[in-house]
Amino acid sequence: MSELLQFLFSGVTVGAVYALVALGFTIIYNASDVVNFAQGEFVMLGGMITVFAHAAGAPLPLAALLACLGTAALGVAMNKLAIEPARGAPVVSLVIITIGASIFIRGAAQLVFDKQIHSFPAFSGDDPIRILQATILPQSLWVIAGAVAVFTGLWLFFTRTLLGRAVLATSNNRLAAQLVGINTPFVMTLSFALSAGIGALAGVLVTPITMTSYDVGLALALKGFAAAMLGGMGNPKGALVGGLVLGLLEGLTAGYISSQYKDAAAFLVILGVLFFLPQGLFGRKSTDRV
Amino acid sequence: MRLTTKTATLLALVALIALAPLFFPSAFYYRVGALIFVNGLAVTGIVILTGWAGQISLGHAGFAGIGAYACALAPVHLGLHPALAILLGAGVSAVLAWLVGRPILRLKGYYLGVASLGMGILISMVLNNERDLTRGPDGIDVPDLGLRAALKTAGLDLSNGEFWYALCGIVLVLGAWLALNLHDSPTGRALRALHGSEVAARTVGMDVPRLKLQAFVISAVYASVSGSLLALQNRFITPDVAGFMHSVEMVTMAVLGGVGSVAGAIFGAAVLTLLPQMLTVFAEYEQLVLGLVMVLVMIFLREGVVPSILRKLRGTGE
Amino acid sequence: MKTFLTTTAIAAFALAAPAMAEIRIGASLSATGPAAFLGDPELKTLEMLVEDQNARGGLNGEQIELIAYDDGGDPNKARTFATRLIEDDEVVAIIGGTTTGTTMSILSVAEDAEIPFISLAGAIDIISPVKPHTFKTPHTDRMACQKIFEDMQKRAIGKIGMLSGTDGFGASMQAQCKDVAPDYGIEIVADETYDPKDADMTAQLTKIRGTAGVQAILNPGFGQGPSIVTRNYRQLAIDLPFYQSHGVASDGFIDLAGAEAAEGVRLPGTALLVADLLAENDPQKPVVAAYKAMFEEKTGTPVGTFGGYAHDAWLILTDAIGRAGSAEPAAIRDAIEATTGLAGTTGIYNMTPEDHLGLDLSAFRLLEIKGGKWTLVE
Repeated sequence: MSELLQFLFSGVTVGAVYALVALGFTIIYNASDVVNFAQGEFVMLGGMITVFAHAAGAPLPLAALLACLGTAALGVAMNKLAIEPARGAPVVSLVIITIGASIFIRGAAQLVFDKQIHSFPAFSGDDPIRILQATILPQSLWVIAGAVAVFTGLWLFFTRTLLGRAVLATSNNRLAAQLVGINTPFVMTLSFALSAGIGALAGVLVTPITMTSYDVGLALALKGFAAAMLGGMGNPKGALVGGLVLGLLEGLTAGYISSQYKDAAAFLVILGVLFFLPQGLFGRKSTDRV
Repeated sequence: MRLTTKTATLLALVALIALAPLFFPSAFYYRVGALIFVNGLAVTGIVILTGWAGQISLGHAGFAGIGAYACALAPVHLGLHPALAILLGAGVSAVLAWLVGRPILRLKGYYLGVASLGMGILISMVLNNERDLTRGPDGIDVPDLGLRAALKTAGLDLSNGEFWYALCGIVLVLGAWLALNLHDSPTGRALRALHGSEVAARTVGMDVPRLKLQAFVISAVYASVSGSLLALQNRFITPDVAGFMHSVEMVTMAVLGGVGSVAGAIFGAAVLTLLPQMLTVFAEYEQLVLGLVMVLVMIFLREGVVPSILRKLRGTGE
Repeated sequence: MKTFLTTTAIAAFALAAPAMAEIRIGASLSATGPAAFLGDPELKTLEMLVEDQNARGGLNGEQIELIAYDDGGDPNKARTFATRLIEDDEVVAIIGGTTTGTTMSILSVAEDAEIPFISLAGAIDIISPVKPHTFKTPHTDRMACQKIFEDMQKRAIGKIGMLSGTDGFGASMQAQCKDVAPDYGIEIVADETYDPKDADMTAQLTKIRGTAGVQAILNPGFGQGPSIVTRNYRQLAIDLPFYQSHGVASDGFIDLAGAEAAEGVRLPGTALLVADLLAENDPQKPVVAAYKAMFEEKTGTPVGTFGGYAHDAWLILTDAIGRAGSAEPAAIRDAIEATTGLAGTTGIYNMTPEDHLGLDLSAFRLLEIKGGKWTLVE
């Protein structure tokens, strides 16, 4: 019983990391139908900028804020320089562009920072919290709280605010959105700033658990992408649930079946879900346009 | 016009392969040439799948892995000649592509992307984890093809570099020839119609799932043979050959050069194979430049380098 | 395509022309990619040592040119670069192969061309069976297992659990440990793995702890994985003896895992980590202290075992060229094989035609982390 609980804690910790990354994907996707494979690099930047700003003397909260703002600015620049000019390109071109951008950011990070592994202290210490013979680190709770907060924020944003609806409208039909007076370039700028900022926030929260280095982005992006697709791309609920399900699957498979094939189990489930629900668990139904 | 494109592509390819060695300053360039041809072959498969049928795959390196490990394992465990192992690998890849393709090709866009990604990751995971068979992440030796020795007894003495340059060059020309023939066949035309609009293709009575599956299987065979040639040439292979980055590399080469045309895709393979060799002096900046090239080409030469330039030369579109 | 080939050709000529150094030494290292953690300090070490050697007048009165390529950990690229080093750059010897995969790729090219090659990777397959031109500087992973099992035997530990990384380093050591465990009367009762990029390993550790009879846990791996495992170990308050591998033998590990979590961790390391604790008459003391001072001043980062492997490869090579009095590949090869009593950072090398590593178990020192510092276990 205590073993099961520990497997669940492990799964939730990992799942919350995936969920935070997956949530970052949703805004850009909602605004532009682009899956941004550079999302993992935003997470990396969040961690790395905080590490280096902290090392340069900034207190941790200030360093984290700098990291989020800096990364958000970079997200805006990426939209202006790489995504906007390629509007209307086919999916495969957009995949190449965002992977190209991610390779570029990684290349720049290894020059600007270094190739070592870094970390900074957990926010509330390293003393584990004990619940029924199982333990969880306080930082895991920070990550879970972060994921839930970002999810709630996004959900309110998309359903309750005019701006959020403008983002969705821009995604559905850009021309129509412009006609009803939505400032679509502003919506795109905002989306990239938010996505990058959320990515960086994820990086700040998870670094005390996972550590960071210039090349952590790709693995996180792949897992976050898989989680977002499992839940249904574009839906914050899908990202949260997809991330947690993926993490729990890994934890339980490692605990009860085989740690060697825990990633395999995760991908098998994704393939299975997509077989029955081609739009993921909570995805929008789409119709073919001729 | 079509016939000329096909003949022109093949003639240019043969001429380049045959004449390039005249300009080689050292034997090292045979190695680079052979790598370009191996990549060009895999990328030709991507042209059929992505350029013509309009389907995306982020897991094709998995098939290259199957082709490569077939050549490493079949000669040892089944006593097959390495040349037959290439065929075995291609057969296994085709069957797997057929089985996996049926369910996943119903998905569209990014969903197909994540499903093919999952397939590729599962294959590379098996190669990494089944250590009793594959020897795991450190890699495994691959037996000698034996053809070079046979040629030597027949009086044709080639260095290792020359031999692989010639063999991979010949296989690439064959692969390009088959692909170009497919392009002009009824199946090829149907595939391209599918790319234009799946709904329209279905309305006029085309068997859309079957067509997509055919393209998937054919492209898997191309990737598999390319993996086999790489393994036999290197005499050693690791599971990296099936990794995600290799899948991305294949798609990037094809899209960069021009995913709609065989010549373009092979050009893309050449550029991306040469890039790291040209950037060694600036190795620190290699990633930076590679990322920049990917983004810039996709923005400014949307159809890929070769088709975009051809279009500019002709003044207007096709 | 032709244009590109000729452009490269011209570029290669242009680069080769101005720097006609007397002795050309090649390197293919994984300075980027998944093994950058190892390859980066290796490259920095080599560059630093070459500069130093040239400043001191070179070798046999000749300047040295280091031609180093970054293979990104990709064995296919490593093979291409090895071909380029030999055919195009015409080097007299190659150092490199950060990982076993890249080493095996370079190995066959170097053997075909009869160019001496010193690998920096761990697997025993590299030098067993002996290949005429291939040498290596790190202990084999098999020796690391033996050193750890020796210590376990002393502590009367008979049943252990293993938690290994699925990267080449972890997987290879896992296999070697399973192979030699019976020689030490040790039974591996739990055998789990993790992906090097995983965020949490408490599930695997919980499973190992729950296995009946486990007396100690061993974690072969490198990079951030072992640091996370070490923290998880403390999080779960597991009180069994905990062993790490030489893959984390660097001060960076203590920083990342935290001194508190790393308390009591034992691992087989090299003299490099305990430079201050070595006896004054220890033959390794001068070389270790010199390298540590030089590297830390140059890069501002603490020395680690992996940079030390590159240092030793360079030492063996320059020692051999010096003794041979010639930079002909065949002469260098013969001289390397005759290396005796050469003190490096990793150990004291005694090569023979049957042994192209030249280290024995005594080169490994069993270390324990106490109060955030490395201490020697005796």
